[in-house]
Amino acid sequence: MTIRNSIPITPELVEAHGITPEEYERIRDLTGREPTFTELGIWSAMWNEHCSYKSSKKWLKTLPTTGPQVIQGPGENAGVVDIGDGECVVFKMESHNHPSYIEPYQGAATGVGGILRDVFTMGARPVAAMNALRFGEPEHPKTRHLVSGVVSGVGGYGNSFGVPTVGGEVEFDARYNGNCLVNAFAAGIARTDAIFLSEAKGVGLPVVYLGAKTGRDGVGGATMASAEFGDDIDQKRPTVQVGDPFTEKCLLEACLELMTSGAVIAIQDMGAAGLTCSAVEMGAKGDLGIELDLDKVPVREERMSAYEMMLSESQERMLMVLRPEKENEAKAIFAKWGLDFAIVGRTTDDLRFRILHQGEEVANLPIKELGDEAPEYDRPWIEPGAWQAIDASQFPEPDDYADAILQVLGSANMCSKRWVWEQYDTLIQGNSLQLPGGDAGVVRVDGHETKALAFSSDVTPRYCEADPFEGGKQAVAECWRNLTAVGAEPLASTDNLNFGNPERPEIMGQLVRAIAGIGEACEALGFPIVSGNVSLYNETNGEAILPTPTIAGVGLLPDYSVMARISAMQEGDAIFLLGGAGSHLGQSIYNRIVNGRADGPPPPVDLFAERHNGDFVRSAIRNGQVTACHDISDGGMVIALAEMCIASGKGAVIDAGETAPPHALLFGEDQARYLVTVKAENAGFFALNAEGAGVRFRQLGTVGGESLSLTAPVAIAISVTELAAAHESWFPAYMDPAVHAEAAE
Amino acid sequence: MRTAVILLPGLNRDRDMIAAITKISGKPPVTVWQTETEIPNVDLIVIPGGFSYGDYLRCGAIGARMPVMEALRKKAEAGVRVIGVCNGFQILLETGLLPGALMRNASLKFVCREVKLEVTNAGTPFTASYRQGEIIRCPVAHHDGNYFADGETLARLNGNGQVVFRYAEGSNPNGSIEDIAGIVSEAGNVLGLMPHPENLIETAHGGTDGRGIFENALGLSDLAGAA
Repeated sequence: MTIRNSIPITPELVEAHGITPEEYERIRDLTGREPTFTELGIWSAMWNEHCSYKSSKKWLKTLPTTGPQVIQGPGENAGVVDIGDGECVVFKMESHNHPSYIEPYQGAATGVGGILRDVFTMGARPVAAMNALRFGEPEHPKTRHLVSGVVSGVGGYGNSFGVPTVGGEVEFDARYNGNCLVNAFAAGIARTDAIFLSEAKGVGLPVVYLGAKTGRDGVGGATMASAEFGDDIDQKRPTVQVGDPFTEKCLLEACLELMTSGAVIAIQDMGAAGLTCSAVEMGAKGDLGIELDLDKVPVREERMSAYEMMLSESQERMLMVLRPEKENEAKAIFAKWGLDFAIVGRTTDDLRFRILHQGEEVANLPIKELGDEAPEYDRPWIEPGAWQAIDASQFPEPDDYADAILQVLGSANMCSKRWVWEQYDTLIQGNSLQLPGGDAGVVRVDGHETKALAFSSDVTPRYCEADPFEGGKQAVAECWRNLTAVGAEPLASTDNLNFGNPERPEIMGQLVRAIAGIGEACEALGFPIVSGNVSLYNETNGEAILPTPTIAGVGLLPDYSVMARISAMQEGDAIFLLGGAGSHLGQSIYNRIVNGRADGPPPPVDLFAERHNGDFVRSAIRNGQVTACHDISDGGMVIALAEMCIASGKGAVIDAGETAPPHALLFGEDQARYLVTVKAENAGFFALNAEGAGVRFRQLGTVGGESLSLTAPVAIAISVTELAAAHESWFPAYMDPAVHAEAAE
Repeated sequence: MRTAVILLPGLNRDRDMIAAITKISGKPPVTVWQTETEIPNVDLIVIPGGFSYGDYLRCGAIGARMPVMEALRKKAEAGVRVIGVCNGFQILLETGLLPGALMRNASLKFVCREVKLEVTNAGTPFTASYRQGEIIRCPVAHHDGNYFADGETLARLNGNGQVVFRYAEGSNPNGSIEDIAGIVSEAGNVLGLMPHPENLIETAHGGTDGRGIFENALGLSDLAGAA
């Protein structure tokens, strides 16, 4: 596809680049002429939705992004938050949805690679990763293939790079049939006085290319990610990049070594829209021009055009502005790690983005307009419709409560995801304190005696669909609650907003209202958004995904010796329900699975109660009163209890009262609630504390025996072995039916 | 009581190993980069786990051909204790210091989980503090840990007591023949194992079952001195 730079720019060509006629007019106004072919590619890369946030920017600006703990909010490669002792945590979540649907292994692998690069570009060594994965219904013919490819891609990259995957989500829903979601999170730790940014400083300084060579892979990837899928989807395969975790691991070590040497002035990884986006960002942020000579760029394919080189999304590449006197030192470090090092350009004072190729100037554009001043839209939106409240008594009770519990526990969305996370290295680096399967992953801070960080990723898309505002609030609240449930103080969060086509007012309405909900919850909980990513156009043939604003959060544990675990129930412990009895069944898992109903509003989130109850639980954990803790979310109180029994390998005897219909007490998904266990001798003291703090509580019963036994509101007993078997069997049976059948014999 | 840790690009459990050895011996190990042709005088040399050279060729095949490996061979032949964990084990097989091969896991998937190991020879310099037949906990994390050797080699390994660890019943995560998890050289001073004892050496790891291997190798346990 070697197209001459001078070919005439036709309306068809403009449209193929995802540029609207109005945008094209603006481009001509800005430059006073028709663009060259390379320039058209550059405009398209910079002004597409993925890079410019043109549909969402207006609304993203409303999110709370500051706080005393925040060192760097949105706008850089990742957010930075203080964790004390001169150290900070650097983190972000980013989607790789479209590539993963087209080529699941490489799409997911490069998603992980991209987010890791975002973190170490800022000078942080990655210490934890998570992945929120959403697939179509299990029965869909493509689902198994996508699950298998995405999971091995996530593992293949993260395991080889050497970062523990400590949490995440896996969910199935028919609305993702044509568009799976892969949201990758990474966090690293850095010194607060050694954070590296992308803003170039100083005129006439060398712009250096580092890392892997440039090939044709991923050309136009960001533009693809900004369009809906149609039936021609398979033809898009060549735009997916190929990951090389070995090179990335070498790049990590080389970059961290180079940063210690004091040579780095500015650094930007080449992610979406590769060389174009990284160079423009460095220049535009630093109010400098950039000139690149493409003949100096290390390539691994012959006869690449300027257009291809500027839009290539080859992985594991970095762009830096270096101190000229440190050039030889820098070269030696990269040679040691076997990586390319080439001076490919320089900073200028004319605010132009100039590209030279084979002695010709193939592009000359105003750099600020490409970057900072991309179009911003106020797209029309409509208020999403709302459900009428439905009283729990309107929903049928199950014929058999024990069966219903087992059915929910053994369902695709509620079962154990062990099949997935056992393919991820959860232990590498030797600091993992809590693995996937609990409320939050916990990793201790290297070089510190007692400090640890907690990580959780959450969203309930069915709530967001039913009420985007409450759903947005709930995603934040659940993340905050999961961090609290291990005893961590939630510090800050990152948002990964996955929605359909924003040009449809009803989709735009979901986005606007979800952001409003997220903002309100972040504000109320003191949990600012410090980085994020927006993925729009998640539609296939006009059908949008469920609105999925994934929230990933980081919390701090000053002393991990008193953290709580889901699995730490001890024989004889008293079990407390905090935050009130279950009452709300609208949008519940119970209704979906047992009654096959998806109606009603989601449970409302009372942010005051959320904070109040959470602060009480955290303080009880930190005072050493709590043995085990688990938040109540999908499936309600009885499922949370069953999960604790399975994780602890212990039974429980429970009297949940009769204050509401039994199915609402057991399966209601009312928010701001926790289950905690405390030593029997502390039960009275704990109850007094809860009463004094004004936290609603009920002593449900006692840990013990081999079964989860309820005396009220219904009398049932299910052995923990049976609970565990139901919980553990769905995934292996679905993914490896032959192996599973053999094992069962 | 000095230790050297060999470093190659793509290894990624080097930091875990260095931290474990530092905690156990009270002294940080020296590190030796792949291009070195000499290894300093130490009591123990460790090759940690990871994906040297991305494992894009056969696991460990490129790493085994780096200059430092010739120095390692000389040290091993001189009787210096050597431990290769995971990718380190794969490299030791590729250098020929240990017999057999590690194939892709029978499941064809990466597996990270805790398994149970049976100490099948407590008479080696690495296992002296364990009881013969003792069952210990240990995590695994690998894609290519399916040990294989031909019948003759297996007979020799079994006859010489060179099989040091086997996956305890029901615990084999990768399809290894005869549940083999770790073996020593005929002379007994080179140990290769797939599981990661360095990730189970302190309370924060949830157990200390892996600690003994390093304490024994470094002569830090009471029993090791007597062995």
